Amino acid sequence: MSVFKKLIASAAVASAMFAGPAMAQDNVRIALVVKALGIGFFEAAAEGAEEAAAELGNVEIIYTGPTDTTAEGQIEVINSLIAQNVDAIAVSSNDTDALVPALQRAMQRGITVISWDSGVAPEGRQLHLNPSSNSLIGNMIIKLAADHLPDGGQVALLSATTTSTNQNIWMEEMNKVMGNYPGIEVVATVYGDDLADKSYREATGLMQSYPDLDAIIAPTSVGIVAAAQAVVDAGKVGQVNVTGLGLPSEMAGAIESGASQSFAIWNPIDLGYSATMLAYELSQNGVEAAPGAEIPMGRMGVLTLDDNNEGAMADPFVYDASNIEQFKSIF
Amino acid sequence: MPFKLIPMRETILAGAIVVLLALIASRFPGFVAPSNLANVFNDTAPLIILALGQMVVILTRCIDLSVAANLALSGMAVAMLNVAMPGLPIPIIIAIAVMLGAAMGAINGILVWKLSIPPIVVTLGTMTIFRGIIFLISDGKWVNSHEMSAAFTGFSRTEILGLPVLSWIAIATIAVFGVMMSRTPLGRSVFAVGGNPHAAVYTGINVGKTQFLAFVISGALAGLTGYLWVARYAVAYVDIAGGFELEVVAACVIGGISIAGGVGSVGGAVLGAIFLGVVKNALPVVNISPFWQLAISGSAILIAVAFNAKGGGKKGRIILKTAEVSS
Repeated sequence: MSVFKKLIASAAVASAMFAGPAMAQDNVRIALVVKALGIGFFEAAAEGAEEAAAELGNVEIIYTGPTDTTAEGQIEVINSLIAQNVDAIAVSSNDTDALVPALQRAMQRGITVISWDSGVAPEGRQLHLNPSSNSLIGNMIIKLAADHLPDGGQVALLSATTTSTNQNIWMEEMNKVMGNYPGIEVVATVYGDDLADKSYREATGLMQSYPDLDAIIAPTSVGIVAAAQAVVDAGKVGQVNVTGLGLPSEMAGAIESGASQSFAIWNPIDLGYSATMLAYELSQNGVEAAPGAEIPMGRMGVLTLDDNNEGAMADPFVYDASNIEQFKSIF
Repeated sequence: MPFKLIPMRETILAGAIVVLLALIASRFPGFVAPSNLANVFNDTAPLIILALGQMVVILTRCIDLSVAANLALSGMAVAMLNVAMPGLPIPIIIAIAVMLGAAMGAINGILVWKLSIPPIVVTLGTMTIFRGIIFLISDGKWVNSHEMSAAFTGFSRTEILGLPVLSWIAIATIAVFGVMMSRTPLGRSVFAVGGNPHAAVYTGINVGKTQFLAFVISGALAGLTGYLWVARYAVAYVDIAGGFELEVVAACVIGGISIAGGVGSVGGAVLGAIFLGVVKNALPVVNISPFWQLAISGSAILIAVAFNAKGGGKKGRIILKTAEVSS
């Protein structure tokens, strides 16, 4: 049976024209391997995967992972998935390199392998799905502030440390698109060192130095929470909008108090959905993952691969008062 | 002698703070507005409380590097307790935080007292252990503002006579320490142990026990600050107050508390903390490049210490002289 299935799988890869209809009778089994079971973020991703499965019709999702976040545990899980001869494995890895041999074995047996969220080295997967890209994030953080300032205004950046690579790249990308947001003026960039007390103090200082400040953009989870608290304590809720990148569970209080109108981060549901769609396309529709390829992923549009076979899913997802209740218990 | 009523070191430090405030005011006048100075004091309150605890430890020739980790663990514990039992009254939460902190301080104290391990090694070890325990009990997760009860985060913000409770707790701590260090046998024995341990033994003071009590006091204050810190910033996670122990030691050193033990005063520790608090609060508003801020903080510490080293010298015996006069 398994040999027969493998033959069909190979045929599917070889000829996209017939493979789709041929597999339609049998359920396609896509394994979603996560860093560890019981983490809200991944439970939400599994929810998205189920959504994709329902849309595709003939897909069975195997949501699995180790009980703790170790590479060893994931290797065991992957080996058992190889033994079950699933059609595709989509993995968020605990280690960039350690999973490569196991995943290569899976690929040799004709199993489609992609990584998402946390990637594996290029030789261990066919493609990697990033939740977003630096340029999308850079654009999003200024857009979040600008959306609530139709007449323009003063904004300030509260970053992590002066040497934080991620934050510096995002701010650089943000500066590139500043021309698209006329009237928005970045008056200062300060650094809270990802310490709650220093970030709080810097945010307080910003409000003192710039009495007309309209928004504080904090592309760091510690900074955004501390800035929101500083705005509440300064009695400036409604005058200064705190936005940036944060987690719904951590920002629920800030949204509730009104210190933050909205903020952004990846949406795990969309991520699980897209990973499933991509795995299906590669496994069943004969799409080849190669630099420059454009792979459809249902309602999330198209994934364009770069030279490392990596692609960015979408803009960071915006969270506000309308959806915070749903997501604050997820991650 | 009226000269003695206003000790030299404190006067110089107070003068330095005034000069500093004048300098800041020349660049940002709003900083010296009374309401802002009250905010600065409130922001410095945790540092003042911890510096007083650290002062007692340093006076006995020890050092407590675990205060920030102790603060973080106590803070996380009470934050989780608050999430589990939102109805628990705040006084009970504070009592639990203080007891937890004191227990952790007692661990340091026992190791120093009974096993005679150097305090810097003991507290370096417990510092890491405490941080590790936070990770274990919290699973690395944050306790967030919306999970905490309104009373939990609101208590330290409640204003009494124009100042938040956080500031009043710091003022009360200063008052208690002022009396304790000058008027109680424990306070005097702390000076005696640090000034000359051998002589202290001959006067019937148990050196190890005094050091143990110093650690318990420092720990209890760290526990108290743990609650205040978590309530103030409305968030608890593994890394809160990371590196804060060095600021606490710096406040003591700037305040003229000799690392060699036996020399120091409550006023010095408080002024040292306020000096650092003013610098930390002023840097964001005087519009100095963040790259310079660290260098400026560091230089301020060095200059202050150099001042103290020069002015210090024989002052260490003042305490004993006072004792002689009064006896």
